[in-house]
Amino acid sequence: MSGPPSPSPGPAPRRAGAPPAPSHLSAETVERARELIALYPEARSALIPLCHLAQEQDGWLRPEAMADIAALVGVTPAEVYGTASFYDMLHTEPVGTHLVSVCTNIACLLGGAAELLEHAETSLGVNVGGTTVDGAITLEEAECLADCDRAPCVQVNHRYVGAQTPESFDRLVADLRTGARADEIPRHGTLVRVRRSVGLRAGRDRVVAERAAMAAAQAARAEEAAAAAAGRKEGSA
Amino acid sequence: MADRDAARPGAGQDAAEATVTFTLDGREVTARKGEMLIAAAERAGTFIPRFCYHPRMSSVGVCRMCLVEVSGPRGATLQPSCFIEATEGAVVDTLSDKVKKAQDGVLEFLLVNHPLDCPVCDKGGECPLQDQTLAYGPGESRFVEEKRHFEKPIPVSELVLLDRERCIQCSRCTRFASEVAGEAQIDFIGRGEEIEVNTFPDLPFSSYFSGNTVQICPVGALTAAPYRFAARPWDLDQVESTCTTCAVGCRVAVQSSANRVTRLLGIDSDPVNHGWLCDKGRFAFEAVNDGDRVTEPMVRIDGELTPVTWHEALERVADGLRSAAADGPEGIGFIGGARLTNEGAYAWTKLAKGVLGTDSVDAQLGDGLPAAAVLGLPRATIDQAATAATVVLLAGDLREELPVLYLRLRSRVVGGDLSLVELSPQATASTPFASVSLRYRPGDAAGLARAMVDDTASLPAGTDPAALAEARRLTGSGPVVVVIGRPSLAEDGRLVAEAARILAEARPDCRFLPALRRGNVLGALDMGMAPGVLPGRVDLDDARAWFAREWDTVPERAGRDTVGMLRSAAGPAAGGSGDPDPTVRVRALVLLGADPTGDLPDARLAGEGLDGAEFVVQVASSTAALSTRADVVLPAAEAHERPGTTTNIEGRVTRLGQKLVPPGQAWPDWMIAAELASHLDADLGLDSLHGVWDEVERLAPAYRGITRSVLEAAGGDGVVAPLATSGVGISRRSVPGPLDPIAFPGVESVERQGAPPRAGFAESPTAVTTAAVATGGEGGAADASGREDGGTEGDGPPARPPLLGVPADLGAPRVPPTDSYTSRLVASRRLYDRGAAVAASPALAALVPEPPVRVNPHDLDDLGVAPGGDVLVRTATASLVAPAVADPSLPRKVVAADFNLPLAGGSIADLIDATAPVTELRLETP
Amino acid sequence: MAVTDAPRIVTSRIGFDDSHTLERFLATGGYEGLRKALTMTPEAVAHEVDAASLLGRGGAGFPAGRKWSMLRKNPVSYLVVNGDESEPATFKDHLLVERDPHQLVEGVLIAAYALQVSQVFVFLRGEFALGLERVQAALNDAYAHGAVGEDIFGSGFSVDVVLHPGAGAYICGEETALLESLEGKRGFPRIKPPFFPAAIGLYGEPTVVNNVETMSNLPWIIRHGGAAFAALGEGRSTGTRLFALAGHVRNPGVFEIEMVKTTFADLIHAPVLGGGIPHGRELKAFIPGGVSAPWFGPDQIDLPLGQDEVAAAGSMLGSGSVVVMDDHTCAVRAAWRITKFFSRESCGQCTPCREGSGWLERIMERIETGSGREEDLDLLLDVCDNIAPGLTWPPQQTTICVLGPSIPSSIGSAIQMFRDEFLVHIKEGGCPYG
Ligand SMILES: Cc1cc2nc3c(=O)[nH]c(=O)nc-3n(C[C@H](O)[C@H](O)[C@H](O)COP(=O)(O)O)c2cc1C
Ligand code: SF4
Ligand code: FES
Repeated sequence: MSGPPSPSPGPAPRRAGAPPAPSHLSAETVERARELIALYPEARSALIPLCHLAQEQDGWLRPEAMADIAALVGVTPAEVYGTASFYDMLHTEPVGTHLVSVCTNIACLLGGAAELLEHAETSLGVNVGGTTVDGAITLEEAECLADCDRAPCVQVNHRYVGAQTPESFDRLVADLRTGARADEIPRHGTLVRVRRSVGLRAGRDRVVAERAAMAAAQAARAEEAAAAAAGRKEGSA
Repeated sequence: MADRDAARPGAGQDAAEATVTFTLDGREVTARKGEMLIAAAERAGTFIPRFCYHPRMSSVGVCRMCLVEVSGPRGATLQPSCFIEATEGAVVDTLSDKVKKAQDGVLEFLLVNHPLDCPVCDKGGECPLQDQTLAYGPGESRFVEEKRHFEKPIPVSELVLLDRERCIQCSRCTRFASEVAGEAQIDFIGRGEEIEVNTFPDLPFSSYFSGNTVQICPVGALTAAPYRFAARPWDLDQVESTCTTCAVGCRVAVQSSANRVTRLLGIDSDPVNHGWLCDKGRFAFEAVNDGDRVTEPMVRIDGELTPVTWHEALERVADGLRSAAADGPEGIGFIGGARLTNEGAYAWTKLAKGVLGTDSVDAQLGDGLPAAAVLGLPRATIDQAATAATVVLLAGDLREELPVLYLRLRSRVVGGDLSLVELSPQATASTPFASVSLRYRPGDAAGLARAMVDDTASLPAGTDPAALAEARRLTGSGPVVVVIGRPSLAEDGRLVAEAARILAEARPDCRFLPALRRGNVLGALDMGMAPGVLPGRVDLDDARAWFAREWDTVPERAGRDTVGMLRSAAGPAAGGSGDPDPTVRVRALVLLGADPTGDLPDARLAGEGLDGAEFVVQVASSTAALSTRADVVLPAAEAHERPGTTTNIEGRVTRLGQKLVPPGQAWPDWMIAAELASHLDADLGLDSLHGVWDEVERLAPAYRGITRSVLEAAGGDGVVAPLATSGVGISRRSVPGPLDPIAFPGVESVERQGAPPRAGFAESPTAVTTAAVATGGEGGAADASGREDGGTEGDGPPARPPLLGVPADLGAPRVPPTDSYTSRLVASRRLYDRGAAVAASPALAALVPEPPVRVNPHDLDDLGVAPGGDVLVRTATASLVAPAVADPSLPRKVVAADFNLPLAGGSIADLIDATAPVTELRLETP
Repeated sequence: MAVTDAPRIVTSRIGFDDSHTLERFLATGGYEGLRKALTMTPEAVAHEVDAASLLGRGGAGFPAGRKWSMLRKNPVSYLVVNGDESEPATFKDHLLVERDPHQLVEGVLIAAYALQVSQVFVFLRGEFALGLERVQAALNDAYAHGAVGEDIFGSGFSVDVVLHPGAGAYICGEETALLESLEGKRGFPRIKPPFFPAAIGLYGEPTVVNNVETMSNLPWIIRHGGAAFAALGEGRSTGTRLFALAGHVRNPGVFEIEMVKTTFADLIHAPVLGGGIPHGRELKAFIPGGVSAPWFGPDQIDLPLGQDEVAAAGSMLGSGSVVVMDDHTCAVRAAWRITKFFSRESCGQCTPCREGSGWLERIMERIETGSGREEDLDLLLDVCDNIAPGLTWPPQQTTICVLGPSIPSSIGSAIQMFRDEFLVHIKEGGCPYG
């Protein structure tokens, strides 16, 4: 055995908390996770993409999934939790099938977002942050979603649905409940449905090697240029 | 990175260190190159307020309390002094109006969400937030809104509670957990104002170092369960001392109230603990307070221990020892002593060897290393190990046995400054960051060591040649320190010592750091509490004449070690080879703070030995450790109850503080020996603690020059024995180390602004004055090894004996080969076990684990047992059935279990054969 | 009105419904810039960008060419594209990634070639689900087309581009927070020094971070030359730039505009641009460059859309977002909402930002909802002063990153411009706008 880190942490030196092998994430998810990890020079970089992946599987980020992710990228579960909880899109508490985000930031506020949000609360019967009893809708007050020309801006599962009025909002919710827009809006957690097919992975070694090659080539070109300049000078003199 | 050695004075400094000069509040100040402004200013006497900065951790500059004005090309800007290096010519203002406004502002911001519950907060009275608010803060809060609220408090572990609303997000605790301890089980959760420290749901902060987070929390957000609401800081008295829970010797402040220890805090000793403590050291004080203490001398009458007077008890002991010595002084044996002070150890050695004349004295209980190796191998300091190129670990799991040594080495290794080569039969906490882990079967350590230094030697079976080649490369050049201990208690210590001896022989520049764990075991060995040696790291034969001048007698020949004494006491049945004098049987045993039935790896031998002894005396402090075989019990004072000195793994001698009055009639250990001597009609010649030390300094060669005044001048860092020689001296730092009242509470920190100079050891010169120190004893300069010139045998006064050198022969037993059905046992240690310190500390006792037996997965497979299933472990004399798990780190045919822990099905001590080189066993289905 | 006839540099394709496809891209000059770049030396490519004087479009406006040249002597390991676009009312990158993802990819490849990096990460805001899908599809197509991957277009140059989704945190737009996030950590901006990720960036190695729009300009610059780009605009502000116009205008949207030659008045009122303020209302104030920027009033409407010009007037063009507020807008409410944004998005590291933003928000809420006190105005300004000492522009800071000192901008502007409105709130115990 040589070379850190050793794959086996040994006889569970901690009284608790040695990350177990992935057991919650499905085999398919784990396989995709490994593909994602392979894209980065350091495994931890895949932590957030893996959290998205786990949300795609479960609809939210379950503790079991976070423990699996910890094992996959080589950090403690607390570090996954600490990192994930920093981000608005990673939900460490359950959310409904549809996450409805209403932006109330400045441009949308000027476009009537506060009134829309109030309407949404009443018509859904939940407060901001709440989930309807049927588990279909979680309502969230969002910061600017970068669709300010269609204010007030609403996203469902991070798909833009355009400016909403109270009336259109109610129709939207009805459609979500009947599944009428399921093609366009997958259930919560599914983010990028287009999978990467690009095949090259520039590993750290490659980056280092190409950096060195580049430095050498640059130096050579600089020398050439200097020589050429000197030649011109001579020529003109 | 985590390790901040470089930023500290005295840590591997060259005399010609690069410095820069800058202007601080209008005066010229010199800083070390790369030093942060906050530290440079502090050394220059200007304290800049701070919360997140901690000199032993990486700077993050988040609290913004330490802002100062630094003039630059774009005018004076506010910069965090904990993150900005002092640069040549910089102009820094720490007192400007702008700075004051910023400090004011930060404090006001911190109080926005900080509850005003100071009256019920443990931190009240010693709270940096409180203090700095008074010193630098706004008069009154202008905040009228509602504060943030959390459910409070939540236990993040069995030892630590968290009040999230008090947290000021300084990240000291989370940085400690991830950087220093390497156990990021607490982290920031959430974002912005909502951010909080927490654990993963249902996964506690289970770290051996969790208590440090309580100590470094600048507010009362993290509190220790044992201290919570126990006292107010202003009611506490404190003294500075050294923790003797293990042999690292961390510096501590012991705080008490009403003759009870209420708290231990780590003090930053630069060469030793950097301010950190392990939780066992920090919280085991409960045993001193509440453990059932032995308070009176007792004599067994009609099978019952009955209180008597000291006089009666000592008379009884004197009678018993006299009759046991009827056939010769070797009839008496002394076991234990690692819990004594140096003074106590010297007094008992003098009683045993110098009055009674028996050399059968052993502070180690079959779980140590031969004294000749420990005392004779060239010793490394912790700093030398930390700054070596490579450390070879041939020891038990350091995190379990010497936790703060683990921290010191870990930070250097993960920082990329140190390579670790691990030689161990099983994975340890160090394995994940070791450069190479060479696994070996118990018994093969010496073979592996030989293969490392001699490429013609045959490799022990199963050795990975690539890993070996890497180990050779890493140990081939640059300073190498070998940390040597007991990877397994079921493997003869001489086998491991032999491995060290081989390395020492092949690499004369190699240094060794003993990883022996009991409190003052190294002090005890230095004081002669081992067969074949006399006080001051000298050989019995070499030093006989020297000690004979002052002692009544000196043993004729080397005595027995603990195993030998117990075998002899057990009688012919268990006796046998290796006994120096089979005719004089051990009839009386004196147990010095030890109970072989719990402490000896071989429980059967311990039982037989005690049963076979005619007379057993036990010097004890806790009833939990009382032997059922004791005929007389003498109550002794405990840690924190008696002053004296202690010696750590490096040989560093520091002073212990006394904070409590011993309970009842308990006496300090040296005094018991002195009184017992007089009951034996002898005079030990020791009538005060100081008198004992003066004699040690005068007679014990390795301690020569370590006078009381030297120790006093050395302060908390103590001095390493033997003193360095060329101009024996201590060096004084011209300036005290950075002192941060937030970082290191304790006697020497808070009260030491402008401080008495701290002393280091001349070997690492600290760019300052070297004060010549008068050497005690007769004149004449000592040479590099402390040896004295001249002085011939025979006529004239006897020469000061030479210090032990690398032993030529340790008498390591031959390990018989095993057949393919036989496995070898590994018995390892855990920090929390059934020992007295943990058992009597309620907070820690709850943490004792119950680990299963561990088996190589293929072996388990071959047996047809699923992981978690029961296996039958059988040795020649005993067997037990216990659940087993697969441990891929173990070589084939190696079975591992933990010593002195509950094990479903029995105790591993029942299986260990201390008389065999390795314990062999068979693994079967039950 | 003076809306110039400058060419469309980054929005030339968005008129097409299929602007995001490879087919449309190739039919409209796609990858020609890259092919041309590959025939040049990397230095020559960088030189064109330098000559274009392309200012970064992410907010700080640092010249891209200069950023790259700082790394000449220090080979770059990674190129990271900042597509976090979370500055309120900024939605130009949103348009670029959804409507012309190939242009972004091409720009990225040109930059990678000029910098000679073999690994690029494109960090896109997680809420851009469609944008993420479009860029990933574009990368897949580009790979099939031979433009990404091994030996692109037979040039011997190989490059990999990884698309990395964010997860919802404004602060990850700050480049060092973005790198932390890309390393799988929470988006805590790194403490400075070093001031640029150039020296110590992703995984501790030299890294260039550039904005999506910055990258999207590169194909045109290479095809037409840096000089052609520099010929547009004026002074340091060359070329065209995307402005996201939102709030009280008839035609909110993203407009590509020649810099300096166009004014805020043009942008807001020109019929082909903002189209004026609807409902017959008047302009009350506008925010010229994202919510971190101090506000302008109607008297500043004729300022040209140039970086230095706006800076000289005490604000910034920032992220290229202009928010228009009509005279029915409550200034207190607007400033409160912006403060709430900062409070929600502060990463939480620095005390003044974390605690100050929350405190300010609560005071603003009190005033807006009728519990204001007269002394609150001084209090607000003093708390702001403790975050950004002196309340100067550009601000000084007591924090690690500039999010902190951005907090006071809106409160300071609102109090300065509409102090009376605050007093009415306080006196009448509520918002006069209802
Ligand atoms: C709080 C904060 C948020 C930022 N958000 C973004 C952003 O969303 N997109 C962006 O490109 N740059 C953003 N920036 C600027 C970046 O730090 C960086 O300057 C920019 O990405 C560099 O690219 P450029 O030179 O091409 O503009 C932000 C800066 C700060 C301080
Ligand atoms: S200023 Fe605010 S956002 Fe920036 S690092 Fe500090 S706390 Fe985080
Ligand atoms: S920012 Fe320097 S001590 Fe916290």
